[in-house]
Amino acid sequence: MSSAELAIETTALGKSFGRQAAVADLALAVPRGSVFGFLGPNGSGKTTTIRMLLGLSAATTGQVRVLGEQIPDAAASVLPRVGALVEGPAFYPFLSGRENLRRFDTANRHAPASTRSARVDAALDRVGLGHAASKAAHAYSLGMKQRLGLANALLMPRDLLVLDEPTNGLDPQGTREVRSLIRSLASDGTTIFLSSHLLAEVEQVCTHVAVMSTGRLVAQGSLDELRAQGTARVVVQTPDGADARRVLASLGLVPDPDDGLTADRVSAELHAGVHAETVTAALVRADVRVRGLAVAGASLEDRFVALTGEGFDVAE
Amino acid sequence: MSQSEGGGSLGFALLGSELRVLFMRRRTWAMLAALAAIPVLIAVAVRLSSSPDTPGDGPAFLSNITQNGLFVGLTALIVSVPLFLPLTVGVVAGDTIAGEANLGTLRYLLVAPSGRVRLLLVKFAGAAVFCVVATLVVVVVGAAIGAVLFPIGPVTLISGDTVGVDGYVLRAALFAAYVSISMLGLSAIGLFISTLTTVPVGAMAATIVLSAVSQILDLLPQLSAIHPWLFSHYWLGFAELLRTPVDLTVFGENALLQLGYIAVFGALAYGRFSTKDILT
Repeated sequence: MSSAELAIETTALGKSFGRQAAVADLALAVPRGSVFGFLGPNGSGKTTTIRMLLGLSAATTGQVRVLGEQIPDAAASVLPRVGALVEGPAFYPFLSGRENLRRFDTANRHAPASTRSARVDAALDRVGLGHAASKAAHAYSLGMKQRLGLANALLMPRDLLVLDEPTNGLDPQGTREVRSLIRSLASDGTTIFLSSHLLAEVEQVCTHVAVMSTGRLVAQGSLDELRAQGTARVVVQTPDGADARRVLASLGLVPDPDDGLTADRVSAELHAGVHAETVTAALVRADVRVRGLAVAGASLEDRFVALTGEGFDVAE
Repeated sequence: MSQSEGGGSLGFALLGSELRVLFMRRRTWAMLAALAAIPVLIAVAVRLSSSPDTPGDGPAFLSNITQNGLFVGLTALIVSVPLFLPLTVGVVAGDTIAGEANLGTLRYLLVAPSGRVRLLLVKFAGAAVFCVVATLVVVVVGAAIGAVLFPIGPVTLISGDTVGVDGYVLRAALFAAYVSISMLGLSAIGLFISTLTTVPVGAMAATIVLSAVSQILDLLPQLSAIHPWLFSHYWLGFAELLRTPVDLTVFGENALLQLGYIAVFGALAYGRFSTKDILT
């Protein structure tokens, strides 16, 4: 893919804090117009990467191009076209929601003052905060702050939105609203770079995904490509468990060991070349009585865990 | 969207926003109220005390207050300069960058994008405006409470001349300008310290401590060689403004010294902030 078609492109990007490498050798390629899920467990370097994309911190090695221009050199001309929610929202607690947005909008030299009031109110309405606009930000709930942070990213028409955990602290209703907001922004042609550890979230809205683990990129591509790398499983419901196992084994599959609890359920990973219909035909030929047969595609979650390791340990 | 749209902005709108944020904080008003209390306390104390004044005791001009209420503002300013004024200036200047970093709003200002240099200039300008406002509060409240509690009339200057109320206003304005300018060097130091940390209280405390250290060093005769280079050296040198004709030599020397501090610490703040990793 040529550089002109990429909204974000990093080459050999690295960031070290002392001896610790927070991000190493990162080569992101975010196509324009995509909804790009940036996945990774806590501490995998997502936010560090986002800080470098936005020119907040300098890369130790490598290069960053955003909307075709070098960051941080061209930050002054690129950033007005980028809306961002970085590491959670942040506001002046003693100012109202509206005053907070006016403050950030004033900081943007490219935001016309003449339309400021209208744009601020439109952004507040878009995230459903119109009624609370005059309330001091310290009185906002976590979810309201998150919405205000999103409104800040939407003050101007943007070519790229960088959203770091945008549904953090939102109730299910709010999460749905954000999801539909992202879809409607994306349908307008805005590229959306969405960092999240919520896989379900990414699976529902994203077209492309990159997965980080301990500062390195472990997978990148369209959602379908990434899913395809996972292996599908066939699950057979049958009273003739032992026979079914034999048939699957004869096809070269490796049935999961019998755990003694679900004797009427036999499952196995499907190899390339052995399709579900082959399995069905073989079972029928062997007179195995089948109650049901299902093919479970690899879920992104399985893929995610396979790539990043399981468990709650924060990556070192 | 074109890149030049509104691109000519020099930051006056951002300065307006900065001042709005500064003066919408309760803390700012509390500090200004505390500064306003100084002339009020002085005036009330002098009014209530029955003992005859002993010329030479207490701060300069204290003994003049009973004869002329206009001296309340000047006396209060002299009392404020060594401690209270640098305290409030230290709070505002120390908070400039570190306060935004602590709230997390710094990252949103920078991705807006405000531009780092522009933000730094606006922050210094905001602190400078506070210096002027703080000084004016003391002088104006002092003149007002003095007018209420004491007779006002022609003012006898150090040189023995007498000027009318209009002559007094001119000198009080000069006095306020002198003190405001005196605080600019400290503001620049506070701005620099504020770029070093994300803990605003630390930057405030360090700035205030430096103002005390500078004044202590200025008292040690063994260090007389460095005295003219201390930013607090001319802080109490405003007596020359109360002569006729007004002698502006010290005014100029002070302004030059403060300008030097602004240049040096402004450059240091730029050097630090322009490449700083914003991690909060």
